[in-house]
Amino acid sequence: MAAPLPRWKLASALIVCGLTGYSAAPPRAADSTSVPYETEGRKSGYLFLTPATRTLQDDEFQNPGAFALERGRDLWDAPDGPDRKSCASCHGDAATAMVGVAARYPVFDAARNGLVNIEMRINAERERMKAAPYAYESDDMLALTTFLTAQSRGMPMTPDIDGPARPLFEQGRAFYEARRGQLDLSCGQCHDDRTGLRLRGDVISQGQVNGFPVYRVSWRGQASRHRIFAWCNTSVRAEPYAAGSPEYLALELFMAWRGRGLPIEAPSIRR
Amino acid sequence: MIWRAVIGSCLLMAAGFVSSPQAQTPATYRIENGEVPAPLTAEPGNPARGRQTVRDMTHVTCLICHALPIPEEPDHGEIGPPLAGIGSRYSAGALRARLMDPKAFNPESIMPAYFRTDGLNRVGAEFRGRTIYTPQQIEDVVAYLLSLKEP
Repeated sequence: MAAPLPRWKLASALIVCGLTGYSAAPPRAADSTSVPYETEGRKSGYLFLTPATRTLQDDEFQNPGAFALERGRDLWDAPDGPDRKSCASCHGDAATAMVGVAARYPVFDAARNGLVNIEMRINAERERMKAAPYAYESDDMLALTTFLTAQSRGMPMTPDIDGPARPLFEQGRAFYEARRGQLDLSCGQCHDDRTGLRLRGDVISQGQVNGFPVYRVSWRGQASRHRIFAWCNTSVRAEPYAAGSPEYLALELFMAWRGRGLPIEAPSIRR
Repeated sequence: MIWRAVIGSCLLMAAGFVSSPQAQTPATYRIENGEVPAPLTAEPGNPARGRQTVRDMTHVTCLICHALPIPEEPDHGEIGPPLAGIGSRYSAGALRARLMDPKAFNPESIMPAYFRTDGLNRVGAEFRGRTIYTPQQIEDVVAYLLSLKEP
C-alpha cells in the first residue's frame, strides 16, 4: 500500500513544481505490493492511459488527485455535528480501520434491503453524527471517498454478489447489457466488444471502475463512479439516472464484479 | 429481400413532429431490395454540405467511427469500415437505406439508425421522437458518400 505522504512534504513539493515547472521526483513504478493492472483478461483503465498520464498518476508529487486525498484526510479528523465527533473519534486511524473497505463495496445492507456504496455509507454515518449529509458529487464527498478508497490502494476488488445481493447484481448486469438511447448502444458493445479501437481520438477502454474516484482530466476534477455512468448514458443520448439511484447501485455492483481482481487505484487519473 | 417499414418515424413525421423545421418528408418509405430508392427531400442532396455534416463534431458524426478521405481532420475512428470508395460500391438508394436503418441489414450492428425513432430504449428527453439526422442531412450525406469513388 502506498505510504501516506506527510502533508508539508506534498505542499512544498507542489510549490516547488509550481515555481520551476519541474518535478525532481522520478516516475514511481506501480506499487510493488499492488495486484497487477491486468488479470484474466480484465484490464484496468490504467493500461489505456498514455505513458505521460501513467507517469502523472504514479508520481505522488504530480498526481492531481492528491489534493482530494489530502482534503479527505482532513475531513476524516474534522469534528462535525452537535457532539463534535469526527470519523476518527470512532474509527481511529483510517490507515488501519478502513483497509479493504472500498475493495468490497458496494455491499448489501439488510436494514435498507438494498445496496450501499461508499458515498451512501458516509452519509449514513454522518446522519448518526447528526451532521449534514454531503451532496453526492460535492468536493467534500469526493475528497472523503478518495481518501477512504485510497486506504485499499493496491488491493483487489472483491465484491460479494451472492445471497441477497444476487438479484441486484443481475439487475446491474441487465442494465449493462441493454441497448439504450437514441444511439441504441449497450455498454458492452464498446467496452467488451471493441476495446482498444479508436473512437475518434480516444482508445476505448474496458470501462473498469477500479480506479474511482478518478481525477478526470477532461473535467479537471474528481469524479465518482455514478457520475461517469450518467455521462456514458448521456453520451449515447439516453436519459441518465440520478447518482445514488438503485439502478446505478446495481450497475456499480455488477461493474465491481466485472473488474474483480483489479487493484483499487485511487487516487487515479483518467482522461 | 428486406421489407422494413420504419413506421414510427413516418407517423411522427406525418403528425408534424419532425426533427427540423426544414425537413420535408415522404408520407412513407420502406427498405426494398436493400434500398430506399427515392430521395427524402425535394431538394437534391448537396455533397459539400454532406462533407461538413460528417465532420461536424457538435453532432453524431461518421468520423467518430469511420475513416473518411478528409485529411484535414485528425483522429478518424476505427469502429466501422473505412468509407473511402464507398460510392463505387453502393447505389444512392442502398447508402440511404444503410444510413437510415443499418439494423434492418444486421440487427447486431453497432451503428445507430440515423432516421428511426421506434424500437429505442430510454431515449434522452431532448431526443425523444427525433431522428439523428433530418431528411435533408440524410440526403446531403448520401450525396457526399456517393461522391467517394474508387480511384
